[in-house]
Amino acid sequence: MTTITLAGSPIEVDAEGFLLDAQQWNAQIAEEIARENAIEQLTDRHWQVVNFMRDTYLETGSAPSIRSLGKTSGVPIKELYELFPKGPAKLAAKIGGIPKPRGCI
Amino acid sequence: MTHRIVILGGGTGGTLLANRLARRFGEEAQITVIDRDDSHIYQPGLLFVPFGLAEPGEIVRPRHAQLRSGIDFRLAEVENVDLAENAVHLVDGPDIPYDVLVIATGATLQPQETEGLEGPEWGRSIHTFYSLQGATALRPALDDFDGGRLVVNVIDMPIKCPVAPLEFCFLADWQLRERGLRDDVELTFVTPLDGAFTKPVASAHLDALLREKDIGVEAEFATGRVDASAKRLHSWDEREIPYDLLVTVPVHGGPEYIARSEGLGDALGFVPADRHTLQAKAAPNIFAIGDAADVPISKAGSVTHFEGETVAENIQRFLAGHELTGHYDGHANCFIETGFHKALLIDFDYETEPLPGRYPQPHLGPLPLLAESRLNHLAKLAFQPLYWHVLLPGHDIPGVGASLHPGAAQAAPQTSGGTQ
Repeated sequence: MTTITLAGSPIEVDAEGFLLDAQQWNAQIAEEIARENAIEQLTDRHWQVVNFMRDTYLETGSAPSIRSLGKTSGVPIKELYELFPKGPAKLAAKIGGIPKPRGCI
Repeated sequence: MTHRIVILGGGTGGTLLANRLARRFGEEAQITVIDRDDSHIYQPGLLFVPFGLAEPGEIVRPRHAQLRSGIDFRLAEVENVDLAENAVHLVDGPDIPYDVLVIATGATLQPQETEGLEGPEWGRSIHTFYSLQGATALRPALDDFDGGRLVVNVIDMPIKCPVAPLEFCFLADWQLRERGLRDDVELTFVTPLDGAFTKPVASAHLDALLREKDIGVEAEFATGRVDASAKRLHSWDEREIPYDLLVTVPVHGGPEYIARSEGLGDALGFVPADRHTLQAKAAPNIFAIGDAADVPISKAGSVTHFEGETVAENIQRFLAGHELTGHYDGHANCFIETGFHKALLIDFDYETEPLPGRYPQPHLGPLPLLAESRLNHLAKLAFQPLYWHVLLPGHDIPGVGASLHPGAAQAAPQTSGGTQ
């Protein structure tokens, strides 16, 4: 566990940079994490996915996998990869201030 | 009053649960098991069929014959579950009302979900060993394969028995060495995960084993489509992997009736359930067991077996109007065949990841955890008779507790037998 400064506040993150406490999150933090991960600007489409991930996590206790995202977020998988290069579920979770998805078990 | 308990699915979970419930309730419950066919496949055996190490006929038995007398077995296709009416609608047949319903219909293979997988090359250069038909067709294909790129590919998680694709790689490596062809084959494991397995310590061990056997790993490869004519896998992020023979694990989902049952399942057709009680989130009188349940642990027979005790206890408590107390802890264990008559064993639960150590098994002796041994391979072979004669009838396996006691599993061997 390390503490870093995001949007002017001390934030606790794990070794991979995922927030440890989802309650410490806010929109500025999201934008800052996005920039660090080569997403210059969070568009409405990005926010649709980030909010969906976050809401699902807060409601059910686990973040959706990419396949569930493709079926339920309203954003098809192809576009998810364009919005969040490499790993959309992982990156959207990081930006959304929730733990790394454990979809893989 | 006789309780009406209806179990959808006569596989591992449905069968062992029906038998446990029949013993608990006797005449006080009418237990009905519904399945679309009467063939119970010993699924761990599928891995061995392509290599000629098991015959298809050896791993299939009739479903009805695994159920205690008094349990009603029906062959029928389920149309949907009506949660408001507490009834199961069949495609063809009268409605079946229930007091308690158990979803035990497992996971189905959905190759149609991946563009390009099904088609003229399916069964020729594209195979799977996750079905009896697939495993049987793969045997001659492997026999004929005498060089080139052999790619073993997991399309997406979750899948049944997440170690099976690795075991397939290990056995293929072994078979190719025996045939003197190993140098002519590039063997690659392609996974959407960031390593060989889902848990870090075991993943590191298995990654090392893959390297030792010269098996390539393409990690974090999320397969988007297959170009069957050019024989290439394409990831969503535009990476490509060529193959000559593809052994794939198609995506898994719940059966279609779950999607037709409003409120029962999630987007993939699995049934969200409390991870400790296995009670479905959809309704208090519905439980889920085995691969059908959406709980954060591997889809594996050992999981199903360990869940059985909790689900049986909780059904009894629910019907008696008591609070549910049976607590499933996510216990899972699996033998991982590594070829050359060896296997390794992993043991874990929701909180404890697989670690090295010894597993206290009173008959074969303590088994090494996360290390290759001949004993683990013998234990894996010894498991099939236990499956039919102890596990399915709904008994505990001596020395194998439903709960993982991390202390016992990692501690010295003198704790043998202490896990009941």
